Amino acid sequence: MARTQLMETADEAVAGIEDGSTVLVGGFGLAGMPFDLIDALIRQGAQDLTIVSNNAGNGEVGLAALLKAGRVRKVVCSFPRQADSYVFDELYLSGELELEVVPQGNLAERMRAAGAGIGAFYSPTAVGTPLAEGKESRVIEGREYLLEYPIKGDYALISAHTADRLGNLVYRKTARNFGPVMAAAATTTIAQVSSVVPTGALDPEAVVTPSIYVDRVVAVEARHYTVQGAR
Amino acid sequence: MTVEHLDRGPLTMDELAEVIARDIPEGSFVNLGIGQPTKIADHLPAELGVVLHTENGMLGMGPAARGDEVDADLTNAGKVPVTELPGASYFHHADSFAMMRGGHLDVCVLGAYQVAANGDLANWHTGRPDAIPAVGGAMDLAIGAKDVFVMMGLFGKDGSPKLVEACTYPLTGVGCVSRVYTDHGVFEVGGPAVVVRETWGIGVEELGHRLGLPLTAPEG
Repeated sequence: MARTQLMETADEAVAGIEDGSTVLVGGFGLAGMPFDLIDALIRQGAQDLTIVSNNAGNGEVGLAALLKAGRVRKVVCSFPRQADSYVFDELYLSGELELEVVPQGNLAERMRAAGAGIGAFYSPTAVGTPLAEGKESRVIEGREYLLEYPIKGDYALISAHTADRLGNLVYRKTARNFGPVMAAAATTTIAQVSSVVPTGALDPEAVVTPSIYVDRVVAVEARHYTVQGAR
Repeated sequence: MTVEHLDRGPLTMDELAEVIARDIPEGSFVNLGIGQPTKIADHLPAELGVVLHTENGMLGMGPAARGDEVDADLTNAGKVPVTELPGASYFHHADSFAMMRGGHLDVCVLGAYQVAANGDLANWHTGRPDAIPAVGGAMDLAIGAKDVFVMMGLFGKDGSPKLVEACTYPLTGVGCVSRVYTDHGVFEVGGPAVVVRETWGIGVEELGHRLGLPLTAPEG
């Protein structure tokens, strides 16, 4: 797909996501979570999905709602268990959901590798731990490393702050988190943003995700949600 | 010689945070783990120029946000709303962990279930069969920072020591911890013997008995 498509609605933006797809979902907790795209994906109906995300949902919104709707076969994440991850907890403990726990840095780097065309890489993270089981290891200059393979997505659903009409993206504060890495690691990247500005309105020095990584963009209304731990 | 403070009881977690803060070098880049270690930030004077890293993509993290400061797009690794300080920067997750793994971070302070005399760390999984595994950034942090400190109570609720000969809980990292800060004492681990630098409310000899570990005093 040469040009980024500007979509009218989140439903159009997630059209065509097939059953059995691997979907990378941005966000760290609720910051940077593409709520509108996930809600649209629930309406769209794709099932048997593998979801790659840092967490496995909070409360009953976003990722938790997708899990609750029974559309997910497997979750690949670093930290599923949270104070309000009861939807995930129940599905996992009842054996209805497969889980692959990946250390957060390896999760990010494995997606980065996928986006950068790297076949595999050696990481020192998790050496000597239960998460090293079954992994090839190698000593390089006296230090042990584990062989880690890329995680490629069929789709990435991410949330950015602003896009221009070409699909260049800028983010806001720590809501950036996995967005740029996932955008590069998926065959089709779909971004929800607060606003779309004319081409040329973004400072090229400030663009974080260049349009080459972005396939579809949809502007959505800002959503207010309760922040965990807010006081 | 070990400094023994026998005229008082063990430290509170706030006092312990203050002790750790005194050992954070001026101008260093520091990651404070979720939970108790976040208290250390309250004891770092601004003139020390310590820059706090949070693995969800920020350097220059400020104190917890209050009232109107709360911004859903700005949280720490514990997902608690925080603020930004002048000179802060944001970056994506792969860069954030490259900073760690690449040896750019000076100090990381983590909580722990157990630390072994050789510096092994267990802080991610109780090993209970019904526990949901969740590792987050713990394993990356454990092997990434130049110095990994642990902040914890020395004894569990049942009185069992958390500084041990060998961890019985699943490991987070091998030989990665250099110093263990606890309510009863500060220990250097990972060397030929565990060195006790300072104690509170208990002498070295009794501490050795309770831990069941040979303890030595610092040189000089």
